[in-house]
Amino acid sequence: MIIKILGSGCKNCAALTENTREALKSLNIDAEIVKITDYAEMAAFGVMSTPALVIDDKVVSAGKVLKAKEIAQIIEKAKLTD
Amino acid sequence: MFILEWLNDQLLKMTWLSDLIKLLVENVFGLDITKQLGGSIHFFLYDTIKIFILLSVLIFIISYIQSFFPPERTRKILGHYKGIWANLLGALLGTITPFCSCSSIPLFIGFTNAGLPIGVTFSFLISSPLVDLASVLLLASIFNWKIAIAYVVVGVVLAVTAGTIISKLKMEKYVEPFVFSNKVLDVEQADLTVKDRAGFSLEQVLGIVKKVWLYVLIGVGIGAAIHNWIPRDIISAILGADKWYSVLLATFAGIPMYADIFGTLPIAEALVGKGVGLGTVLSFMMAVTALSLPSIIMLKKVVKSRLLFTFVGIVTLGILIIGYAFNIFGSFLM
Repeated sequence: MIIKILGSGCKNCAALTENTREALKSLNIDAEIVKITDYAEMAAFGVMSTPALVIDDKVVSAGKVLKAKEIAQIIEKAKLTD
Repeated sequence: MFILEWLNDQLLKMTWLSDLIKLLVENVFGLDITKQLGGSIHFFLYDTIKIFILLSVLIFIISYIQSFFPPERTRKILGHYKGIWANLLGALLGTITPFCSCSSIPLFIGFTNAGLPIGVTFSFLISSPLVDLASVLLLASIFNWKIAIAYVVVGVVLAVTAGTIISKLKMEKYVEPFVFSNKVLDVEQADLTVKDRAGFSLEQVLGIVKKVWLYVLIGVGIGAAIHNWIPRDIISAILGADKWYSVLLATFAGIPMYADIFGTLPIAEALVGKGVGLGTVLSFMMAVTALSLPSIIMLKKVVKSRLLFTFVGIVTLGILIIGYAFNIFGSFLM
């Protein structure tokens, strides 16, 4: 599972990254978190508001700083549909 | 009319708070508020508390409204209109669509990808930081409704004009190519319940207060200093309404600054109290919010220099014109 966080580096993106790390820890999953700050790469996903969370190249959230619990739920759902 | 004035005084100006603080400063601290120290402390406490209360309430209400207009929906709505109406709608929606300034570039890309003319996108991008509903209400609280409405009107006119000019100049070719080559993502709009919206609004309040509290304190601090410590003559000499260069000075001082608009409001209040022209002060506020150096730097990544300079040039010119106009005609609004 590759998790990408789209954001230009403002506090919200850092917060989302932190919460994602927490979520992964709580689920005992070892996944790679990639931070995408380049606009060209972000544009490829079509998101309009940052920060955005992408799991295995699928956009699961945009424009919200999700809490660790919410992220954990999303990750679990993503694993089920694998 | 009387009841409206009463509401205005109680809810926006919070005269009751001013009186309460006056009692506190005079009876508990034992200071005379007509003197410098007492006056500054009164100004500082009253303005800080007033701004934070208003901020929280206003952001909550506005975020609630904003929850109905995510960028995806705004984009869809704008796609149905053409010409100057699209610009106007873009400018109006810019005032209510939520986005943190770090999203302005992805938003620009998203709008352009969906086929919206860049002029419309720019109208949106200009009005968004400039005409922020919460700050308009704060303006009404500090000055009065007529000024607040006038500010909204000129802000929207500026956004529409700038956007239309950019469209007419056919500057699409100055947008970086990669902006056009991507897919349009329509994230499913989950139906939000009242509880969802309230939760989102509360988050916005906490988030924004956390972000701006320092700017507000600094702004009120500077405002208090100006209010009570800096003599009118000095301020008048540099920024007086009659000085032709005051608007230019205010505008160019504001451009490189990045401060939250809520922090500039108490400074604006104090300066006007010392004889600085209303237009000069509004120019400063507009320059700080619409043309912040950080957002210009970000914009440089998606548009080429010529378009960037055109954008900055038009908006700066607009702000200068508005500044001079308000200085000349502002007395009718006060």
